[in-house]
Amino acid sequence: MATEDKLVTIHVMGEAFRVPEGSTIMTALEYAGFQLTTGVGCREGFCGACGTLYREAGDYKIKGGLACQTVVTDGMHLAQIPFVPAAKPVYDIEALSPDEEAIKRIYPEVFRCVACSTCTKICPQDIQVMDYVQCLMRGDIAQAANISFDCLRCGLCGLRCPAEIVQYNAATLARRLYGRYLARPSERLERRVEAIARGDYDAQLDELQGLDADALKKRYYDREIKTK
Amino acid sequence: MYPESMQESIRKVEASRARRIELALSGKPVVEPMSAEQRQDVLDRFHPDYQDDARREVRWGPNAGQRLTTEVADLLETYARVDPSDYDLLEPDFDTDVLVIGAGSAGFCAALLAQEHGARVTLATKLRLGDANSMMAQGGIQAAVRDDDSPVHHYLDVVGGGHFDNRPELARALVSEAPDAIAWLRRKGVMFDQEDDGSLKAKPGGGTCRPRMLSARDYTGAAICRTLRDEIQNRPEIRVLEHSSAIELIKDARGRVAGAVLYHLLTREHFTIRARATVMATGGFGRLHVKGFETTNHYGATADGLVMAYRAGARLLYMDSVQYHPTGAVFPPQILGFLCTEKLRGMGGQPVNADGELFVYPLEPRDVEAASFIREATELGHGVSTPSGHVGIWLDTPVIEKLNGAGAIEKNLPAMLRQFQRFGVDIRSEPILVYPTLHYQNGGIEIDVECRSTVEGLYAAGEVAGGIHGRNRLMGNSQLDLIVFGRRAGRYAAAFAGTAEPAELSLGHVLEANRRVGELGVDRDRISPLVLPDYVPERVKRRQHDTRYRGTLI
Repeated sequence: MATEDKLVTIHVMGEAFRVPEGSTIMTALEYAGFQLTTGVGCREGFCGACGTLYREAGDYKIKGGLACQTVVTDGMHLAQIPFVPAAKPVYDIEALSPDEEAIKRIYPEVFRCVACSTCTKICPQDIQVMDYVQCLMRGDIAQAANISFDCLRCGLCGLRCPAEIVQYNAATLARRLYGRYLARPSERLERRVEAIARGDYDAQLDELQGLDADALKKRYYDREIKTK
Repeated sequence: MYPESMQESIRKVEASRARRIELALSGKPVVEPMSAEQRQDVLDRFHPDYQDDARREVRWGPNAGQRLTTEVADLLETYARVDPSDYDLLEPDFDTDVLVIGAGSAGFCAALLAQEHGARVTLATKLRLGDANSMMAQGGIQAAVRDDDSPVHHYLDVVGGGHFDNRPELARALVSEAPDAIAWLRRKGVMFDQEDDGSLKAKPGGGTCRPRMLSARDYTGAAICRTLRDEIQNRPEIRVLEHSSAIELIKDARGRVAGAVLYHLLTREHFTIRARATVMATGGFGRLHVKGFETTNHYGATADGLVMAYRAGARLLYMDSVQYHPTGAVFPPQILGFLCTEKLRGMGGQPVNADGELFVYPLEPRDVEAASFIREATELGHGVSTPSGHVGIWLDTPVIEKLNGAGAIEKNLPAMLRQFQRFGVDIRSEPILVYPTLHYQNGGIEIDVECRSTVEGLYAAGEVAGGIHGRNRLMGNSQLDLIVFGRRAGRYAAAFAGTAEPAELSLGHVLEANRRVGELGVDRDRISPLVLPDYVPERVKRRQHDTRYRGTLI
């Protein structure tokens, strides 16, 4: 990881620590001696567990980032936000329809959006959060699902929203509605499921399972490889 | 962003690019795939598993006398974290029908299915729901859905990739239930990539004879895992215990597994839970950093489930086999060891050496591909060095744009584009430097097709289970395995729980395990499960006078 040749100062909840230049916030915290049990997860930018608010030296703005994906700078102040206590209503995906009504029922606060774009500015994935909130208000579930697809649910958007919207949970609902109701059916997939249920492949699989080691190996290395 | 010292090699990669694109467009493999003999040769000489010190004999327990991965054998020869005299087992803190340990996709599937089959379900997890390797899978999930493909083709790929060591009935269940697993996920609301006619997009993967890799951009694991998590949260009847790490299994007077001791990471309290059936879904072991390798794995991937099951008497299978993903990031240093999805190669990305030359078929099975990279960078000396002293070979990603059209990377590989962009590399115009990284536990707790371990009452699913993939898993079959065997584990554990009568609880097996380990003369500061890896520097440790154990929490 980062070399210890040069150290910079970061302030963790106000307290100063010297950490290697070039390290991420997460590895800097560990270098400083913290053994993390919250605010840490996949450590690779895929889980959203390490949302962090920070302010850089000489700046007044508070920015958001993932601790595992953000490099420390000298004079940085930071606090980890391992969890946002936002509402997550219980619903039955089978009892909803993929439209504005579902959003109104489960996440009515979405319609309070004042289009300030604070959510978009804080998103560490650079998702156009406000745009998908506007889609949700219009009942455009497909576009909301598409725009929000890369969301890791770190929760920073909801935390900063002046209208108290839980963008990331509403987006999860939109994606599930899309996947369940709006995604085009795949006839090939359905046909294959039926064929397997009918036992169409049983005889061939029985035969493969019955081959001795050499015969199976030969079958494997002789098989035709198609890449397109 | 690349320093001057690496630029000369990049220019060679650029110089050979047009020729390599032409080769790819010919439709034939850009390098001839290896024969069985060639594969064996490169594995023997360069795969880390095949080095002399990679394995050692484990000296006690169900696998005593077998040679296992050294770090695994070391872990199995440790003392328990719990002191059995601390608990009143007559009055367990919780009671449930099915206890699921681990909240990745396999645990989620097991919990959902057990609940649907009428069981009272408790889902206990070390960190939070979805804190799992499942969430990090990028490239895809295999299912034979194309007309020129079938479960028969899939089966051959699975067993050939696994060196024919797979348990045939497990491999068969995996491939036969794949299409249904995808259909089930779609009904739950997972969005898979589709062609204009509605058919699911399928790309080739390492060791597949047909394009079979279905995907959700390069957030495939996240798309699946977060949907299942949402479904779990929509079923309040499933009791969820977060930050509650299982640290030992509890057995009963009949020798069945009958629950667990849970350790709350934030309050440091211990709780006991009685269960009529227990599903182990704790994932893998990447954070053991086998042979000092960096890992793609989640913070919590510390093999806890393996050691708990082993102490309870469950036999392990193929724990002599480690998967190194061929393409771990080498540069920039902040993302050292991070996963660079196989989908990069599935979409045409080409591994090339320091001279910009192709040297291996890009889609060999992972162990063969990884060993070839190591050969190229070490014996042949064709690697590229970074300023921090690491070595790698190039994965030429700009060819992906040329082969699939401008914008293909942004559309299909947004996670990869973002990962490198954050640290100043644009994979659309610059190659990335990669080297094998510790990725997956090929073996695990031995199971049958009903996910039963060799100890009654204990089920296993997901990465912690062994036998499905033999000694080398193919890309996209882990995501599939989580769903197929997670669902099976939930169903069969619920059925077993319906018939199991409670008996007196016991931690006697833990005392016995400690006694056996004590006889081996193991140091007293070696305990397990690890729960979390210990990344606190020595400089700090010397001042932490409450540090009692090696390589784990205080």
